[in-house]
Amino acid sequence: MSHKSRSSVAAKRPTHALVFAALGDATRLSLVAKLCDRRPYSISRLTQGSKLTRQAITKHLRVLEGAGIVHSIRAGRESRFKFDPQPIEGIKQYLDSVSEQWDQALSRLKSFVEE
Amino acid sequence: MNDSIEKRIELKAPVSRVWRALTDYREFGEWFRVKLDGPFVPGQVSRGQISYPGYEHVKWEAVVQEMEPERLFSFTWPHPKSFEKGDPPDYSKEPTTLVEFRLEKSASGTLLILTESGFGKLPDDRRLEAFRRNDGGWTEQMKNIENYVAQKP
Repeated sequence: MSHKSRSSVAAKRPTHALVFAALGDATRLSLVAKLCDRRPYSISRLTQGSKLTRQAITKHLRVLEGAGIVHSIRAGRESRFKFDPQPIEGIKQYLDSVSEQWDQALSRLKSFVEE
Repeated sequence: MNDSIEKRIELKAPVSRVWRALTDYREFGEWFRVKLDGPFVPGQVSRGQISYPGYEHVKWEAVVQEMEPERLFSFTWPHPKSFEKGDPPDYSKEPTTLVEFRLEKSASGTLLILTESGFGKLPDDRRLEAFRRNDGGWTEQMKNIENYVAQKP
């Protein structure tokens, strides 16, 4: 897993869609909110207080894992899941860059219509 | 962190002038820096080539949504300018976002409100529906994530 490498913006690009998709679900967002404290959580612990089954929670965790938002760590017979903030920071940077591009485009529009 | 962007800008020009700069494909191309193949038509795909220095390899592709004269111009697109050089754009994998230009008459001329939304949109329609129904939850959770990211060591 090369989640730490920032080799190029281009290489990271396709994962943005994955990250957005992974976060576009209420259950997964609530899992992320729990995992935000950076401690490793077992599936049983993440299932506690949820109406969903262990299998369903596992499925959601795998989606988050696919987007690099969580990593699983083997602890004996059990998997534990740990949050990685990098992909979410990545989309935040992406939105910031989109915002910057709009600022530039709108300032060109302003000059264009006010000339 | 929100999954949309909003910009407001005051333009010292009449609404009709701004409307033309937005919806005449040649004028749009001037300031946006894109060479468009033809006029914008609601419901139709607009194609062209980005002319912004360094991004000339990037295709422009958008679907015009609404053209309500002097009020609203909108299109959906896979945000072509987000592609870096050398990165082959895979439009099917990028989320399509909705860009809306809303115009309002103001004291100094025109207030332009730009929004780009749908960065969190899912390709699957059914899941998209679920996302919409959970809008409150999403906003709440994004706030949690934002707080988290803001506090990161």
